[in-house]
Amino acid sequence: MNLKFRNKKISGILTVLPENEVKFDDEIDNYNFSKSQSMKLKLVMGYDKRRIVIGGTTASDLCVYGMNYLFDQNLLHKDEIDVLILVTQSPDYFMPPTSHVIHGQLDLKQDMICMDINQGCSGYVVGLNQAFMLLEHEEINKVVLLNADVLSPKVSKRDRNSNPIIGDGASITIVENDASGKAIFSAVKVDGKGSEALIIPAGGFRTPSTSETAEPREDDAGNFRALDHLKMKGDDVFNFVQREVPPMIEGLLLKADLDKEDIDYYMFHQPNRFMLRKLADKIGVPYEKMPNNIVENFGNSSGVSIPTTITYNLGDKLLKDSFLICMAGFGTGLNWASLVMNLEKLQFCELINYK
Amino acid sequence: MEKIILHLLSEIRPEFDFSESSNFIAEGLLDSFDIVQLVTALDEAYNISIDGLDILPENFSNLEAIKATLIKNGATT
Repeated sequence: MNLKFRNKKISGILTVLPENEVKFDDEIDNYNFSKSQSMKLKLVMGYDKRRIVIGGTTASDLCVYGMNYLFDQNLLHKDEIDVLILVTQSPDYFMPPTSHVIHGQLDLKQDMICMDINQGCSGYVVGLNQAFMLLEHEEINKVVLLNADVLSPKVSKRDRNSNPIIGDGASITIVENDASGKAIFSAVKVDGKGSEALIIPAGGFRTPSTSETAEPREDDAGNFRALDHLKMKGDDVFNFVQREVPPMIEGLLLKADLDKEDIDYYMFHQPNRFMLRKLADKIGVPYEKMPNNIVENFGNSSGVSIPTTITYNLGDKLLKDSFLICMAGFGTGLNWASLVMNLEKLQFCELINYK
Repeated sequence: MEKIILHLLSEIRPEFDFSESSNFIAEGLLDSFDIVQLVTALDEAYNISIDGLDILPENFSNLEAIKATLIKNGATT
C-alpha cells in the first residue's frame, strides 16, 4: 500500500540506550562453534559491542527516562502532547498497555490519545505513518512516537543466530504539523504467512510458559534455545529481505518522482552488516549512503534501529542542515515498510545513555 | 576458478576436504554462516557482489554450483 502525506514534519529525535555494554569476544565461549569460526563471522556480520538492559529494566523505564530528559531540557512540554504512541514487542505487561503505564508515570493530561502498537523491525516507519494519519485531525498538533524494545532477556545466550546482534533501546520522535512541509511518501507491505520466521513461540496465550518451554534444546545448527526464547529463521529472513526490499524502494522512489541519487541517506533497519551491504549493492547505492554501523556499536534494537542510525550518524548535523532521507524497516510479521521525507533543522537529535 | 574456490573453502573450514565432497551442504561441510563468509570471500576475490537472491544453499552445494553462481554474477576466470 502506498501512502502520501503533506504538511507533516519530524521536529526531534532522541535515542536512549542502556549504559550496560557486552562484547562479542566475551561471549564466544557460550556458542557451540569453534572460536576461529565465530571470529571470522564477527568481521563479516559486524558483531562487536551491544547495549542490553540489566536489573529488570523495561521498555517503559527507557521511555520515561528519555521523556524526563526532554522535559528537563525544555525540549518538550507535557501540555502540548496530544498523542502518545508506543511501538514495542516487549511490553511491561500483557495488560494494561505500556503506553498507559508511561502516561501515568509522566503525569500527562487526560485529554489525549494513548496507544500501543505491536510491531518490530518495521516499527519506526509504521509508527511514523500512524502519527501522520493522526495529525490529519485538526485537534491533534503534536504526536510523541515512542519506539522501545528490551528483547535481550528473551534471547538465548547460547544462540549464535540471534544473541550476537540483539540490542535494547528506546527512541522518542516528535511528529507535528508543518504548513510548509514537503510531501512524504511511504509504502507498507505485509505477509502474515511468514509470521513464524521471527517468533517467540511460548509465553503468550497460545502456548503459555511452563518448565518445559523454558528447557533449552539444541537445533540442527548447534544453537541452544528454549520455546520461551526468540527464534529467527535467519535464511528465510535474509531471503525475504533481499527479495522484497529492493523492489519496494524502487517503487517508492518512482511514486515520489525521485532518483536513487537524489536521496542523501538510506537509513535502514540494522540487522547486520552483511545484509545491509547486499541491500546497498542490489539497490545500487554506495555504502556511505546506507550506514551499517549500528550492530557493531550498539546491537540491533528492532524498531529503535532506524532512529539510532539517524542520531548516531547525523546527530548535530540535523540541527542546522536538511537531508532527504529514505527509511526502510523489515522483519517480524513479516512486515516491510519504507518512507522518504525531508529531515531538517531538528530541535534535537541526540543519543543518550540510560543510567 | 576451481582452485581459488577450493582455497577459499579451505580457509573457511580447514578441517574438511572439499575436493572429496559432492554436496557441501548435505554432507555438513558448510552451514548458512559459512555461506555468508564464502560469499564475502568470493565477492572480494572476483570484485563482484553476488546478488542477495542467489545466496541460497543450492548455489553453494558443490564446485560446479559455485562456479555457475560466480559466472552468473559477472565473475570471469
